[in-house]
Amino acid sequence: MAEQAIPAAPVTPEERAQGGVPTWKRVLRYTVVRMVMLFFTVIVGVYLTILIANMGGQVDEIRRAFIREMVGNMLANNPTFRALPPEERQKRMEAEILRWEKRYGLDQPFLVRSFRFLKDAMTLRLGRAENMTSDSGSRRVRLIILERLPPTLFLFGTSALMVFALSLFISLFLSRNYGHWLDRMFVSLSPLSSAPGWFYGLFLITIFAAWLKVLPFGGMISTPPPETPWEYTLSLLKHLILPISAQVLSSLFIGVYSWRTFFLIYSSEDYVEIAKAKGLPSRTIERRYILRPTLPTIITSFALTLIGVWTGQIIFETIFDWPGLGRTFYQATLVYDTAVIVGITVLYAYLLAITVFLLDIIYAIVDPRVDVGGPRTST
Amino acid sequence: MLRSAWGEIRYYPSAILGLTVILIFVAISIYTIITIPYPEAIRLWRGGEEVWGDNPRLAAPEWVNYFRQKKLPTTIKMLSTDPGVERVKEQIDDNIWIEDTVYTFEYTADDFPQDLAVTLLATFEKKPPYVSIILVRPDGQEINLGDLSVRGQRQVFLVSQADRLRQKLQLDYNQEIIAGLFAKDPAAEEMEVLKGTYKVRVEGTLFEDESTLSSKMVVYGKVYGWAGTDHLRRDLRIALLWGAPIALTFGLLAALGTTLLSMTIAAIGVWFGGWVDGIIQRITEVNMVLPVLPILIMIGISISRSLAVMLLAIVALSIFGASIKTNRAIFLQVKSLPYIEAARAYGASDLRIVFLYMIPRIIPTVIPSLVLGIPSFVFLEASLAVLGLGDPSLPTWGKVIDDARVNGALLQGHFYWMLEPSLALMITGVAFAMLGFSLDRIFNPRLREL
Repeated sequence: MAEQAIPAAPVTPEERAQGGVPTWKRVLRYTVVRMVMLFFTVIVGVYLTILIANMGGQVDEIRRAFIREMVGNMLANNPTFRALPPEERQKRMEAEILRWEKRYGLDQPFLVRSFRFLKDAMTLRLGRAENMTSDSGSRRVRLIILERLPPTLFLFGTSALMVFALSLFISLFLSRNYGHWLDRMFVSLSPLSSAPGWFYGLFLITIFAAWLKVLPFGGMISTPPPETPWEYTLSLLKHLILPISAQVLSSLFIGVYSWRTFFLIYSSEDYVEIAKAKGLPSRTIERRYILRPTLPTIITSFALTLIGVWTGQIIFETIFDWPGLGRTFYQATLVYDTAVIVGITVLYAYLLAITVFLLDIIYAIVDPRVDVGGPRTST
Repeated sequence: MLRSAWGEIRYYPSAILGLTVILIFVAISIYTIITIPYPEAIRLWRGGEEVWGDNPRLAAPEWVNYFRQKKLPTTIKMLSTDPGVERVKEQIDDNIWIEDTVYTFEYTADDFPQDLAVTLLATFEKKPPYVSIILVRPDGQEINLGDLSVRGQRQVFLVSQADRLRQKLQLDYNQEIIAGLFAKDPAAEEMEVLKGTYKVRVEGTLFEDESTLSSKMVVYGKVYGWAGTDHLRRDLRIALLWGAPIALTFGLLAALGTTLLSMTIAAIGVWFGGWVDGIIQRITEVNMVLPVLPILIMIGISISRSLAVMLLAIVALSIFGASIKTNRAIFLQVKSLPYIEAARAYGASDLRIVFLYMIPRIIPTVIPSLVLGIPSFVFLEASLAVLGLGDPSLPTWGKVIDDARVNGALLQGHFYWMLEPSLALMITGVAFAMLGFSLDRIFNPRLREL
């Protein structure tokens, strides 16, 4: 997987010749093997999540108890039922409970159902939520996820891209001006990144919302929502300031620090020295000799950032009361809504697998040192 | 190598600063565990009115007065048995005794107290004692706060609950009764505190020879201790102090467990290679797909929220993380070094090679990530607490943050409640990060000159 970023051992032409297989066949075989492997990984991961989300079948007991209570209440309010003799009532009740359990699929053992869940999840038939609804009132997990996804993508996409671009540019600037006071400042501020984003969120909310009262505590839009599109955008932007600042505060310094160190290591390579000695302009050196070899790493980091955007962050969204996927996930775990939990996990697992797969291929394109499917490449 | 590295630390000011802060926290932890032993801490933190009844509710720390023009009052607490309290008892009739207790105190703060409480304790056989509580203000005005017969063993009279006084003082429904009692002019738009000597007279009438009456008077202030109190009148000091050992232990155990186990597993995988390595690789990939925090939340909700269970779960979920990949890459290089070949040649066993030759080799590279891992686990614990999944009995920093959030500390302006535990967390995290970054530079020579 990602360790492909570490250049595989160089393969000599002789070794290659020994393989005796045409390149396209090797590439194809590698691609297929990799795909099968990743698919298998996703299956195992999703199945584990199904097991954990159902607590190995324990949630069924909760459901049974719930059905028993519900049926009991329903029948107790039924006058014809109350008129029946006790034995008859007991029999009726048991029959009714059985009917409901069948409806929920509880008549089959959990193990059997867990595989059915797995099949449904893998084919993205996400089914219906048990307790949660979307804001429009639907119980379909797909709709719930689709409804909550845009806010998450919007918030974390904006902040992730901002952090990524800012840290890349600042670090390039710093690696060019090694020893500058700004460089020292960023290095000494990097420990600040040990605190997560939600933590800075708390601080920012304390200062700007509670104390200065200039920005909202949380949420995505003010209530009631403004009428005109212009005011709507303004309100949205106002609600975005604090969460984005919190994200930037918590991840910018460490990002700049690690990119800067990374670029500095690459700019101390011999070929950079030679390029300098040749008198090439520093822009060209940067583009051709520093950014080129670091491209795979930059792409990995960018791809992983993008995956992170999809899941959102449970606590961050809870703190800022942001109506996104992370908070939905948390709410789902609180009410044991396994369908929603599994649905979000499946989506995430698929995205991760696809990204990793694409990364493998992109590496082969941008980094000639990676030899796809060569005899020595072992994963 | 390790020894020389420790010697080198002194050239890194940030490492020294970080280390000093960590040592201070360790010292605080030891002090806390000795002065407030664990059962005592639980008793205090879980205790109710009987432990904290005399503390003001939601009081800011005392040091806020240094930054304020209008000084906030501290709590005044007096018992009827205290030396400064006048107590007169005389018999006025066959079966009637009068017992007066007068509490005298100076009130000099610029703000009104939070509340005034008189707790009465009586013993009697048939006829309960009858009590009138009277406030004598510095301007000589006497206000009868209330009359009651002490029927129970222990009875508490609270000014804030005596609504009758509101009419008597002609206060609006949104004005506090206690402010009316301590104001220069209760009818004024902006009430001002009347400073001076106040007296609270508890006039008891007893109807039995054996009957006794004792009392306690508390004028609740608005500041308390160096940490302040929370919504349950608990002294936040306990939670802040106990948060230190818990955070340090939790972070250290989790980081150590994760680092050591993943290092060992990576070494075993690399050494034995083949299917062992394959399985470890596959598990790592599956683990990448699993959502860690949601699983922890589910465990917290369904199995147990105790810190020990969470610790085990966190370690189990993070062993097969990204670190196994980096360790594996290093071990692959180590495996092909000549000294390993030499060990093999003289017939060293597999386990000997893994544990005595391979693992010690990479310890220097692992130490920085271990130190850097500690704050992330400390914050993970706080995250769980903020989601309401903190340990049910232990007081931790994260739980204080959660309490403050849930009870609207920010909306009501009780900033100290939120900021104290946050700062403690922040300082701990930054200290470990500073040390970790410096160690990283020391142990990874490639970074050294950068």
